[in-house]
Amino acid sequence: MIDMHLPILLIVVPLVSAPLCVLLRQKTLVWAFASLVCVASLGIASMLLIRVLEEGVISYAIGGWIAPWGIEYRVDTINAFVLLLVSIIAAVLMFFALPSVADEISGKQHYLFYTAYLLCFTGLMGIAITGDAFNVFVFLEISSLSSYTLIALGRDRRALTASYQYLIMGTLGATFIVIGIGLMYMMTGTLNMFDLSERLPAMFETRTAMVAFAFLTVGMLIKLAMFPMHMWLPNAYCYAPSLVTAFLAATATKVSIYVFLRFTFTVWGAEFVFEKLKLDAFLIPLSLIGIYVASLSAIYQTNIKRLLAYSSVAQIGYMMLGIGFVSITGLTGGIVHLFNHALMKAALFLSVGCAVLRLGSSDLADWKGLGRRMPVTMAAFVLAGLSLIGVPLTVGFVSKWYLILAALEKGWWPIALLALLSSLLAVIYVWRVVEVAYFQKADDDSNVKEAPLMMQISMWVLTGATLYFGIQTDLTVNVAQRAAGLLLGVTP
Amino acid sequence: MRHQGIPRVVSKWLIAPILLFALYVQFHGDFGPGGGFQAGVIFAAAVVLYALIFGLQAAKQIVKPRIVETLVALGVLLYAGTGLVSLFLGYNFLDYTALDPDNAPHGQHLGIFLVELGVGITVAAVMIAIFFSFAGRRRLR
Amino acid sequence: MISVGLFNYWACMILMMIGLYTAIARPNLVKKLIGLSIFQVSVFLLYISMGKVSGGTAPILGEGIDTYSNPLPHVLILTAIVVGIATLSLGLALVVRIGEAYDTIEEDEIIERDVVND
Repeated sequence: MIDMHLPILLIVVPLVSAPLCVLLRQKTLVWAFASLVCVASLGIASMLLIRVLEEGVISYAIGGWIAPWGIEYRVDTINAFVLLLVSIIAAVLMFFALPSVADEISGKQHYLFYTAYLLCFTGLMGIAITGDAFNVFVFLEISSLSSYTLIALGRDRRALTASYQYLIMGTLGATFIVIGIGLMYMMTGTLNMFDLSERLPAMFETRTAMVAFAFLTVGMLIKLAMFPMHMWLPNAYCYAPSLVTAFLAATATKVSIYVFLRFTFTVWGAEFVFEKLKLDAFLIPLSLIGIYVASLSAIYQTNIKRLLAYSSVAQIGYMMLGIGFVSITGLTGGIVHLFNHALMKAALFLSVGCAVLRLGSSDLADWKGLGRRMPVTMAAFVLAGLSLIGVPLTVGFVSKWYLILAALEKGWWPIALLALLSSLLAVIYVWRVVEVAYFQKADDDSNVKEAPLMMQISMWVLTGATLYFGIQTDLTVNVAQRAAGLLLGVTP
Repeated sequence: MRHQGIPRVVSKWLIAPILLFALYVQFHGDFGPGGGFQAGVIFAAAVVLYALIFGLQAAKQIVKPRIVETLVALGVLLYAGTGLVSLFLGYNFLDYTALDPDNAPHGQHLGIFLVELGVGITVAAVMIAIFFSFAGRRRLR
Repeated sequence: MISVGLFNYWACMILMMIGLYTAIARPNLVKKLIGLSIFQVSVFLLYISMGKVSGGTAPILGEGIDTYSNPLPHVLILTAIVVGIATLSLGLALVVRIGEAYDTIEEDEIIERDVVND
């Protein structure tokens, strides 16, 4: 019986747990409960992925109302993969949460923090699982509203302005998406994605369809922080509590990219978007400019969290570049990078979180000599940093390999070259941190302890994953290839 | 505004009918316009009016913030719980037919009723909570 | 029954642009939120307009009525209104706290005060 209800349980379990956290109130109890929920979700998500790989698409009709009339949850290879990613990150981060939240959030707010965390988690899972266009918006707002709250909990007062800025941009983006969905509904009379994909082709010639597509795309690009609509991201990541930064960096933009994939490929179809409207002529240059501009900005940052946030914008450029190639290899690269980047950015932000716990600061100047003072944390930072650069045997290499392969496949060697050269910029900004931490002497020689074991578990699990999936590429690449084939409508 | 006669007297007259009207909108929502969202807001409006006239402290004594917080959670749980009941009875999530399989329309009716009640509780509690948290702040400059 | 024509869509677009401009260009944080709300409300208008069926009444069963407006957009917008309220109150809550932390809610002054502190 439980097998049949997996898709809905994935959403309902965290959704019901969020208000239960409010009722439980007691700090450690709430943490234990939230961890249990995240681990349970991880279990459900993995079962779902296994089932999807075996049986194909799983559809679930909410309330017994059959699609296209009711809301349908539709799980295929792509979103099962994204669901697994989000739940892995959420579950692994829960170890980190106990000491980190105790340090950064005032005791009275702990249960509210975990409530918001679970709601954000629910929202992100919901976006990924639903097959209904309007439902995407609802879950998008659930996750966004809770992430604004989470960001505003940062200690610095600039967390408030960062959260406000994100709120304005995020709401504009989400409203653009609603306008797009509304116009699509106006033309077709349906909100079910699968149904839309069948009815839209008849409308491609109309102006309303064009306008709908334009609104939808701009809205999604704001949400996924595509250059030049990324201005909300660095501040939001920089001033949020460590745990929140790691969680959002690893999941929020990734899920938005999934939404972009879903709408452009499944709903509108690659033919309309890329052959008729030539979106790739706009995506590829913007991605490349984004990679360079954001990487250069990262080099000049003096705050490590901010540096990593700019690097996130650059990495989103790589993913969009892969998508812009509109080929199996390119999409595989994009989707693999989506997964890999989530792992390495979470690992990086967690190691920063460990240092922040002990030093109370993520300013580059305060990190002098950290290599000697907190060797374990810095080791994780360096390993994940190598992955960010794309050194062989790390996950970063795998995804860049596919991206460059895709560029060469198309004969666009200048793009391949540019993507390769951009890795040098990553070398520079990772090196800046390494140089300060290992080759400069600390100002004060006071002893700093390593971060608590709980935090290190999370950090090393993710760092280990960046290495494991760098060597054992079968799993991620295979799934990504199947997903890419599904998106392009060809079975590999 | 406690010392101003007209608002005080008028509000004393009004608050009870407002609460009653909220309940009407809530429970008549099955047959006519209305439902949990609207009823919740109307219900909260009565509390807000009371707070405006008799002061925030007086209102907080009647509707304790702690209880408001609990009600926010309970409303959502009632909604999701209704869905889970149908799930445990072997139907899809939120398939209200499960509540009375022999008489599907009656099951649907009962399901909507419970769900809307959950919505109403949460909306009313959230509105009151928002008002309390804003009204509790000091004035700038 | 008077046909609504394109009037609703014009009104919707004008409101949308007013809202968008205010949300982006105004330095006052509360005014930005007002702009954001106008922007969202214009979208509600768009949805409600498309739900109108000419000659149709409110979608409540009644004797002698057989044309109803499409209720689905109304339901969608009910959700969107709730989201809008949540966004607005969260935004205002942030503004209250920004006001307490900075003693101002003008964007340029906030930036100035942050620069001084650095």
